[in-house]
Amino acid sequence: MSASAVIEQQQPTSVGRPIALLAELTHRCPLRCPYCSNPLELARASAELATDEWRRVFAEAAALGVLQVHLSGGEPAARKDLEVLVEAAETAGLYTNLITSGLLLDRGRVAGLAAAGLQHVQLSLQGTRPEEAEEVAGLRGSHAMKMAFAGHVHDEGLPLTVNAVVHRRNLDRLDEIVAMALELGARRLEIAHVQYHGWAAVNRAALLPDRAQVAAADATVAAARAELSGRLAIDYVPPDQYAVRPKACMNGWGRQFLVLTPTGRALPCHAAESLPGLDFPSVRDGSLEDIWYRSDAFMRYRGTGWMPEPCRSCDRREIDWGGCRCQAFALTGDAEATDPTCALSPHRGVLEGAGEGDDAAAFVHRAMGRRAGR
Amino acid sequence: MTAAGDIGTDAVPRFPRGVRLRFDRARARWLVLAPETVLTPDETAVEILRLVDGGRSVAAIAAALAEAFDAPVEEIRADVAELVADLVRQGYLET
Repeated sequence: MSASAVIEQQQPTSVGRPIALLAELTHRCPLRCPYCSNPLELARASAELATDEWRRVFAEAAALGVLQVHLSGGEPAARKDLEVLVEAAETAGLYTNLITSGLLLDRGRVAGLAAAGLQHVQLSLQGTRPEEAEEVAGLRGSHAMKMAFAGHVHDEGLPLTVNAVVHRRNLDRLDEIVAMALELGARRLEIAHVQYHGWAAVNRAALLPDRAQVAAADATVAAARAELSGRLAIDYVPPDQYAVRPKACMNGWGRQFLVLTPTGRALPCHAAESLPGLDFPSVRDGSLEDIWYRSDAFMRYRGTGWMPEPCRSCDRREIDWGGCRCQAFALTGDAEATDPTCALSPHRGVLEGAGEGDDAAAFVHRAMGRRAGR
Repeated sequence: MTAAGDIGTDAVPRFPRGVRLRFDRARARWLVLAPETVLTPDETAVEILRLVDGGRSVAAIAAALAEAFDAPVEEIRADVAELVADLVRQGYLET
């Protein structure tokens, strides 16, 4: 009998423990990517959780069962105390992963992060050609700075994952992204299609690839995986606009993941604030344990009890967990609707109505203090 | 899996930077933490991985387990080599 069998017998009757915490330390960022996952209303630096508040949260997270913390943003290095926060998370017993643009971290700061116990770095890539990458990032000179940062990471011996968000304008050059990940010494490459919430929803026409582009990309990934097995692991998140079944968003609402915004609001996923009628609790007002097990926001779409038909009686209800609530709301106006990316959804038709990609569409870059689309 | 042939008994496995074997008190079990991944090794794998210290070879790990569990060393050596080869291929161990 294996230990895993014991664990599996215990879990289904009760709420599982969270595995990972996405800590959005700040919304500040030198980049202005048009698909930024931050909300349209960005938090000010003065409202951010303080060092000691994060320290308390990391200790509570570890006690709750969180194993890994992803330090993200915005650009997490916009916080001067990033090194202190890494050390605090490590001291709490959490595995620390830094999700960064690489822009604000010179050789000295990378060495400081490694010394603080940082385990892993994930570097975002906006493209492989400087001009193209910088048009997406909205910052001239950013590509060369990323390349320099990757060198510092390599010199420190820190394991590196490259994360590339792919869309209409760069999807045809996926092979160049794979080559660049290898060149930068990455062990892993994450290729993620844009998810159309927040800023990305504003830029949908400019970002949405055609079906033929996606099919070609799927083939490129399959070939690269076969060729590079053992050298580069490739994680690929296909776009669900062209899928038959929805993705298991966050592996289920309130099931394994929690997100903390820069001001300390706890969310079941980073886009959850786009949903109406949910009051997201703050770690400033209560414990992470209370939030995870007892808050209305985390219980609302947890498990299968909230599901409408055809989800409720579907054989896949504990595989895809009803797909994505934010997407269901964005496309149908009803957060409890079956995710329209599922072929069984009665709302499937709204996907076509949501609009085609358009080569002529211009980017609306993210910006502080103004809502896009106004 | 034929990968066992790729790992000699004198190979010395170690966890690369960013991969860590840890006892998780909240769940009362051993886990391997790696970039974006948590592995849940079964009992046999845990016994093997706890002996991975960057000093012991596959043969030394097998010998220690054979003694501790009073089991035939040839069989255990094959199990250890296969697990190590598999994890090396996936990047969770290096030699």
